[in-house]
Amino acid sequence: MPATVNGRRVAIVDGLRTPFAKAGTDLADATTLDMSTAVVTELLARSGLDPELIDRVVFGSVVQDVHAPNIAREIVLATPLPDTVDAYSVTRACATSTQATIDAAQAILLGDIDVAVVGGADSLSNPPVTFSPEFVDVMMAAQAARDLPTRLKIFSRLRPRDLAPNPPAIADRSTGETMGQGAEKMARDWGITREEQDQFALESHRRAVEAWEKGIYDTEVMPFPVPPKYEKVVERDTLPRPDTSLERLAKLKPAFDRRYGTITAGNASPLTDGAAALILMEEGTARRLGYEPKAFIRSYATAAVDPRWQLLIGPALATPVALDRAAMTLDDIDLIDLHEAFAAQILAVRHAFASAEFAREHLGRDEPLGEIPDEKLNIYGGSISLGHPFGATGARQLLTMANELVRRDKGTALISQCAAGGLGATVILER
Amino acid sequence: MSPTDTLAHFRFEVADGVATVVMDRADDDLNTLDPSLMEDFLAVLDRLESDPSISAVVITSGKPDFLAGANIRWFAELTPETGTEAIRAAHAAFDRLERLHTHRGKPVVAAIHGACLGGGNELALACSYRIATDDPKTRLGQPEVQLGIIPAGGGTQRLPRLIGIAPALDLILTGKTIDARRALRLGLVDEVVPSKLLDEVARRRAKELIGKGRPQKKPGLKDRLTPKGLQEVALETNPVGQHLLFQQARKRLLEETKGNYPAPEKALEAMRVGFHRGRRAGYDAEARFFGELIASPESKALRSIFFATRRKPDTTGARQVEKVGILGGGLMGAGIATVSALKAGSFVRIKEVDPAAAARAKAYIAKVLSDRVRRKRMRRFDAEKVQLLVTTTTDWSGFSDVDLVIEAVFEDLEVKRQVLREVEAVTSPGTVFASNTSSIPIAQIAEASSRPETVVGMHYFSPVEKMPLLEVVVTDKTSKEAEATAVAYGLAQGKTVIVVNDGTGFYTSRILGPYTAEALHLLAEGATVEDIDQAIETWGFPVGPLRLADEVGIDVGAKIAVILVDAFGERMAPPKMMENLVAADRKGRKNRKGFYSYDQSGKRGGVDATVYSDLGIEPKGMVSRSEIQERITLAMINEAARCLEEGILRSAQDGDIGAVMGLGFPPFRGGPFFWIDQQGADRVVERLRSLEEKHGPRFAPAKVLVEAAESGRTFR
Repeated sequence: MPATVNGRRVAIVDGLRTPFAKAGTDLADATTLDMSTAVVTELLARSGLDPELIDRVVFGSVVQDVHAPNIAREIVLATPLPDTVDAYSVTRACATSTQATIDAAQAILLGDIDVAVVGGADSLSNPPVTFSPEFVDVMMAAQAARDLPTRLKIFSRLRPRDLAPNPPAIADRSTGETMGQGAEKMARDWGITREEQDQFALESHRRAVEAWEKGIYDTEVMPFPVPPKYEKVVERDTLPRPDTSLERLAKLKPAFDRRYGTITAGNASPLTDGAAALILMEEGTARRLGYEPKAFIRSYATAAVDPRWQLLIGPALATPVALDRAAMTLDDIDLIDLHEAFAAQILAVRHAFASAEFAREHLGRDEPLGEIPDEKLNIYGGSISLGHPFGATGARQLLTMANELVRRDKGTALISQCAAGGLGATVILER
Repeated sequence: MSPTDTLAHFRFEVADGVATVVMDRADDDLNTLDPSLMEDFLAVLDRLESDPSISAVVITSGKPDFLAGANIRWFAELTPETGTEAIRAAHAAFDRLERLHTHRGKPVVAAIHGACLGGGNELALACSYRIATDDPKTRLGQPEVQLGIIPAGGGTQRLPRLIGIAPALDLILTGKTIDARRALRLGLVDEVVPSKLLDEVARRRAKELIGKGRPQKKPGLKDRLTPKGLQEVALETNPVGQHLLFQQARKRLLEETKGNYPAPEKALEAMRVGFHRGRRAGYDAEARFFGELIASPESKALRSIFFATRRKPDTTGARQVEKVGILGGGLMGAGIATVSALKAGSFVRIKEVDPAAAARAKAYIAKVLSDRVRRKRMRRFDAEKVQLLVTTTTDWSGFSDVDLVIEAVFEDLEVKRQVLREVEAVTSPGTVFASNTSSIPIAQIAEASSRPETVVGMHYFSPVEKMPLLEVVVTDKTSKEAEATAVAYGLAQGKTVIVVNDGTGFYTSRILGPYTAEALHLLAEGATVEDIDQAIETWGFPVGPLRLADEVGIDVGAKIAVILVDAFGERMAPPKMMENLVAADRKGRKNRKGFYSYDQSGKRGGVDATVYSDLGIEPKGMVSRSEIQERITLAMINEAARCLEEGILRSAQDGDIGAVMGLGFPPFRGGPFFWIDQQGADRVVERLRSLEEKHGPRFAPAKVLVEAAESGRTFR
């Protein structure tokens, strides 16, 4: 994929996100749609973009709101955007908003559209709770029944246990493993210790706290008055901890494997509420409208692996393809932002990048991609410290990296996520 | 060719035994009742009665409304005698309409879309069956009392018999209008249909009703066993219960109106007579009362206000406001944001000092909207959409593309100048800057401007979403475009707008100055707080001057008083001892300490007796009610005249609208100028001179009053 098609190039011109908060806390009253509409309207207000100019909204979430399955379209209808704005939703687990970005970028490159709003959101405070198949059967049959006696007879089929709601699913449908179990497996395969993971998590928090102190997030995170009452306002991410330490992290019990496990609540990304959105434009359109592009999309790639093998290794497979498409090597990249599902997972990906054996066996290359230097990786924290609203994370990473390229006024950035089901996605930005 | 083919206001067609009568005034784009329409209607009745090929009738409209009521301009020509006569003629016509079914077996179906009000609703009541569309534009009701008259086309008789006495009292005494769904629940209409189906269903029902009696609403046992149903049985169906109902309604009404509004009293009486002595007697009462009321000063005043609020100010050259910036999200700012998003439908950007304050503005709007959702005036989805028009910020982001900025920051000249400079630095040159100051002259604020032609005043009243007035203030530098933009935007926000010229306190705050000062003089002379407020409330203001001071804030009032005294001298000055109020930290409702006492939740109790000792006075209560009323109201009215004299007001009509809509000047008195005309300027001048002798030069009559008294000229 070339960065330019028929002279068209995709620019990120603006972006914004809500603060991220641990599920069930400060943002619990807001739905996925509430956070999405808030971030999109505020982004439009700040950017001054005439809503009439928006061609398409591509948005996504992972834990779907059953009342708003096509969340992108619901955003258009609920916000002051014209109802004539086209919209559809995507889902690619933790790479959802990256996929939204890629979709819109492709349409821009092809000349289908010129201006798009993309992003993603998730409220883990409001997961859908479903009923047992038996209960659903009875309800459907009762609805079809013509008279009360028939209806009562149908209800009499119900057993008390049928009434218990199903808890939200956590295990992968294909493997039967939870994400954490998958990550435990990767930690064992790559020989990653608990101490290394805790050390990584500690550094993630240190960087996130420092970034907030330095004002890095001031312009890309909106203060969020929480609907429906708007009585409370969340101004900052609530998850980065200035007070954590290796000792405190070491005290935490393993979460997925009580006896031999290394993954704890401290070195994994937490269940999080939040939303993020970007404005993408065709370069010429951006300049004509008076927008200074923050960064351009140089290339992207996605990959999939057998989830029973290494569930979260995707970035190690998608990245070499994206680099090839950009005609770059890892050395050409100035900033690397890898999604931190688990410290174990990101450390495993790092090992894979540097491993000649991995390159030979899984990439068909003689040379490994290379080492990722500490000073290039997740410089302002990551999903462990900032939080991880599944659908919002990709857009969050793209936004922070685009803004960093503006600060440096040059350079390249690589953004990548692993995603459930053995998926991976990588985007390379340049300025 | 039959005579109905040549009518000016009706179209007529007969198909398949059903006559469709289409009301469609030739001389107006609105269907209204007046003698010329009535004349045609009689010809229609002739044909309907005599044509044997007609066995059923549908009455509908060729306009966007069914029938909006009587033509109000026609009222001005009526005397008590001709008014009574016109009503008797209407009774006869509607009776003939009713008898088409009851005596000739020809059912009549009213097919209602749009406004069906006043005489329109009474025409529908005389039909056999009523179908209304579910369109939000469809409204039914008897709003006559709002114009100081009564439903006199049989409304006081037919409506209670159709829907019950209590619901009919509710509609007739308040004059409120209802939508089709509610009309169906009340039994005012028999069926509600989508508008596309109206004609078809109406014709079908007309045919089905041939040979049957008028459909009767017969409540089932289930309806009877509700609290409402039981009340109906207990009160409505027997003379003793009915008597009780009317008695209670009258008591409540008088509490509300303090006897100032004769129309609802007369409407109630006509209903009572109808139940006590029969329908004929009721019609007769309607006709007599209508004659009395149509020429009454109250009705004339209310009609003049009605016309005044309907006039459309000139908005030529107004800038289209897509996005408005509001500085300050307090009570005023949040209120302005509410009407900007809800009514005008524009993007709203509120700037506040910190995110928590900004969130309070959002919360304020959310509360107004959720109240509307709860009262089913709005769908939740639409409320959320309005809420999303409003974004907040603590910096100037999102201001580069605003078309209009309205500032509602702290009432201080330097603060306002500072925000004006900041706004001009971040907005485009054409952006209009409006100040919501209530007292600072706009020209003084505009001194800080690099483009004073874009500076204007937009003075709102609190709570903004409820108070109808907007006072637009222009300086001699304000451009026509800026003025038109402010006016057009105010109209879009649902406001009644007056434009006044710049000056300290503009019009409304200025005339409140001597009004409040006089109340305080009376207090200083020994009148009690209760005496003063009750006297003014009895005169017709919704709240007395001291209660108002508590609401506005005594400290705020004191500050404005200083500004007014500076500009206009002693007549604005409250007695010196009033400084003690501020010294004693009496601020009014906001610190729960004012002329009245307030409990922890802010609920107002009785007069706080310690206020007298704070002031060092002994309440004697020796001043008569009429003296209190005369001194306080004349102080305001005289100042209004000065505003006209000095060119602050562009017209006396603006002065009346401003006082009635902004300050609660009694609507049935029509406003200061309407009132002067009715009293006679000579009498007003005479009273002012007599007060001047007793109380000093603050009562010296305005020059325009003296001139009017001498020339006999009227203001309106």
